Amino acid sequence: MRIVTAGSVDDGKSTLIGRLLFDSKEILADQLAHLEDVSARRGLDTVDLALLTDGLRAEREQGITIDVAYRYFATARRKFILADCPGHVQYTRNMVTGASTADVAIVLVDAREGPTEQTRRHTFLASLLGIRHVVFAINKMDLVDWDEGVFERIERELDAFTTRLEIPDLAFIPVSALHGDNVVERSAHTPWYGGSPLLWYLEHLHVASDRNLIDVRFPVQYVVRPRTDAHHDYRGYAGQVSGGVLKPGDDVLVLPSGAASTIARLETFDGDVAEAFPPMSITLHLADDLDVSRGDLICRPGNHPQAARELDAMICWMSEAPVRPGARLAIKQTTRTGRAILDDLRYRLDVNTLHRDEDARELALNDIGRVTLRLSAPLMVDPYRRNRATGSFILVDEARNDTVAGGMILGPAEGAEAAGAA
Amino acid sequence: MTYELPHLAALESEAIHLMREVAAEFERPALLFSGGKDSIVLLRLAEKAFRPGRFPFPIMHVDTGHNFPEVLAFRDTRVAELGERLIVASVEDSIAAGRAVEETGPRASRNRLQTVTLLDAIETHGFDALFGGARRDEERARAKERMLSFRDDFGQWDPRAQRPELWNLYNGRIRRGEHVRAFPLSNWTELDVWQYLAQERLELPSIYFAHERDVFERDGMLYAMSEHVTLGAGEQPFVTSVRYRTVGDLTVTGAVRSTATTLEAVVAEIAATRVTERGETRADDRATEAAMEDRKKEGYF
Ligand SMILES: Nc1nc2c(ncn2[C@@H]2O[C@H](COP(=O)(O)OP(=O)(O)O)[C@@H](O)[C@H]2O)c(=O)[nH]1
Repeated sequence: MRIVTAGSVDDGKSTLIGRLLFDSKEILADQLAHLEDVSARRGLDTVDLALLTDGLRAEREQGITIDVAYRYFATARRKFILADCPGHVQYTRNMVTGASTADVAIVLVDAREGPTEQTRRHTFLASLLGIRHVVFAINKMDLVDWDEGVFERIERELDAFTTRLEIPDLAFIPVSALHGDNVVERSAHTPWYGGSPLLWYLEHLHVASDRNLIDVRFPVQYVVRPRTDAHHDYRGYAGQVSGGVLKPGDDVLVLPSGAASTIARLETFDGDVAEAFPPMSITLHLADDLDVSRGDLICRPGNHPQAARELDAMICWMSEAPVRPGARLAIKQTTRTGRAILDDLRYRLDVNTLHRDEDARELALNDIGRVTLRLSAPLMVDPYRRNRATGSFILVDEARNDTVAGGMILGPAEGAEAAGAA
Repeated sequence: MTYELPHLAALESEAIHLMREVAAEFERPALLFSGGKDSIVLLRLAEKAFRPGRFPFPIMHVDTGHNFPEVLAFRDTRVAELGERLIVASVEDSIAAGRAVEETGPRASRNRLQTVTLLDAIETHGFDALFGGARRDEERARAKERMLSFRDDFGQWDPRAQRPELWNLYNGRIRRGEHVRAFPLSNWTELDVWQYLAQERLELPSIYFAHERDVFERDGMLYAMSEHVTLGAGEQPFVTSVRYRTVGDLTVTGAVRSTATTLEAVVAEIAATRVTERGETRADDRATEAAMEDRKKEGYF
């Protein structure tokens, strides 16, 4: 399971992660010795678990985390991959990066301060990126005397804010990362709290049903053609299932050509399989000899993505250089690449207030906006809310080759306005 | 049917997906093979991604000249079994050509020199993408590494100017002379690798299992005796039962005391261990707090 953590500086995120790793016995003797050593050198009398998550030298020198770091821990029930996103004001792009693949977000709140602008920003980003489970860890409860009233007030405030977002599953847990209360073990200080400790919550969260198992989507990634005597006529379409459940015998369509065929086999190195579902990597064989190549998409005849020449999308701008309407960019969606022109900036979103600024002329680093993109060739898309794999894209600066934006598709922009924007 | 992919299967699929992306988007990839367990897993993943076709890239080994003979023998057998192409880039050759200078003293190693040989080989063969077996759990500079990681035309990694990596949409655009490193095992832990080796019944070089060896102790670690080491004052060789957790240049790779002679026994020991892989076995990372970061910036694996 993939977790993303977010919080403002000093909310205790590093301490909490250190605690999760430490209490789940993931910190090993040499790392601990190193932590004790560094803590002692800095004149601390207890081991600073936060030091564990300091990655690069520049970060250690500045005492802040500047880039997403990945951590791994496991319990008897589950293995976890944790993207640790720094909480600095200017680092929306890190949070978006870490959240793009996460199943659940942990948002840290300092109990003494309650939800801040950054709490709102991080929660909004989690919902924008389609994370279905958000857990608020109300930290430093020891510093507010384990006051139930403080916890409830924060919970109410966050509840009110999150009704404007689409997050199906919310949880609130009173913790002390420093002392370990309600992180792994239930705390004796919170008799009024009926829920589970954080780790128990993470271990028991049901995330399999978050994947789209309804709409069959198979972007062709790579064509396997051995051209050897033994495999003279072999032609397999390799890729990762992006949605739905595929079975041999299913009728399918290949887009954009619209050619119809049937699934002959679903092959893997370990033998054929009877079903393929996300995120399996397989090699698909069609019953007919069609001309299929990378970037094509295989789906069912009665359920296909929309072919869009113009996209209505939310983008997060990640480059130092601002972008204005008229900009030309490269776009990559599933296994397809093309070119795009930013036709219209409909509004810039203030991620703290959710206010839409329709007079905005540009998007700067870390800005989020709703845009219309005109495409050089149609893309086969689904709304991001429906399918993260076929509803996401990146934009690349063609001169510098940098990734400059991540995008979430609302729908095709032609004709009727797509409803349900953030 | 729950349609939930088990953890190892999900990691495997993520890795296969990255390998196919690189094969599709780059003209001249190569797969770096060290003979170690991580690169053995990489070869299996390449089979899963491209069979029954040939690998759309050669296998490349950077030979320090200080390798374990068992590992070189294993390499040749495995490559022959797969029927794929092997390129050997040799640190000896770089030294002979004056491109690299041998370190001296009792702690001399060719670990750092490998970077020169590697970058020269990339240039000679015109490689634009290199698969490596590095994992983010190995070391803290690696924890921030991208799955598809950009290198400038000096082969350098700039940790502060990494491209954002969103979803599974890799940006493979580079200019001539630049290249990328692709790390399909980024999200695997050491235990995942061992469990996968067991699941796939993959063969490993014999040094991964307990064996009697002539060793000596230095800085609390056990090193193999060989013609390449100079013993310091008070260092005494002795024979004991050891195995290796990683395979690198034999002068900097430490052995661990062990009696585990089967994969199952090794997995059990790893699951119970209280020391990280690098902390236990890699002298190269002990030099300074930021040793790995510095080497990576220069273009190391
Ligand atoms: N009293 C108390 N202090 C905490 C708690 N969690 C973190 N801290 C302290 O708050 C400070 C900031 O924590 P850190 O984990 O570095 O915050 P980060 O910037 O969010 O990673 C440190 O001095 C921690 O020791 C807590 O639950 N209770």
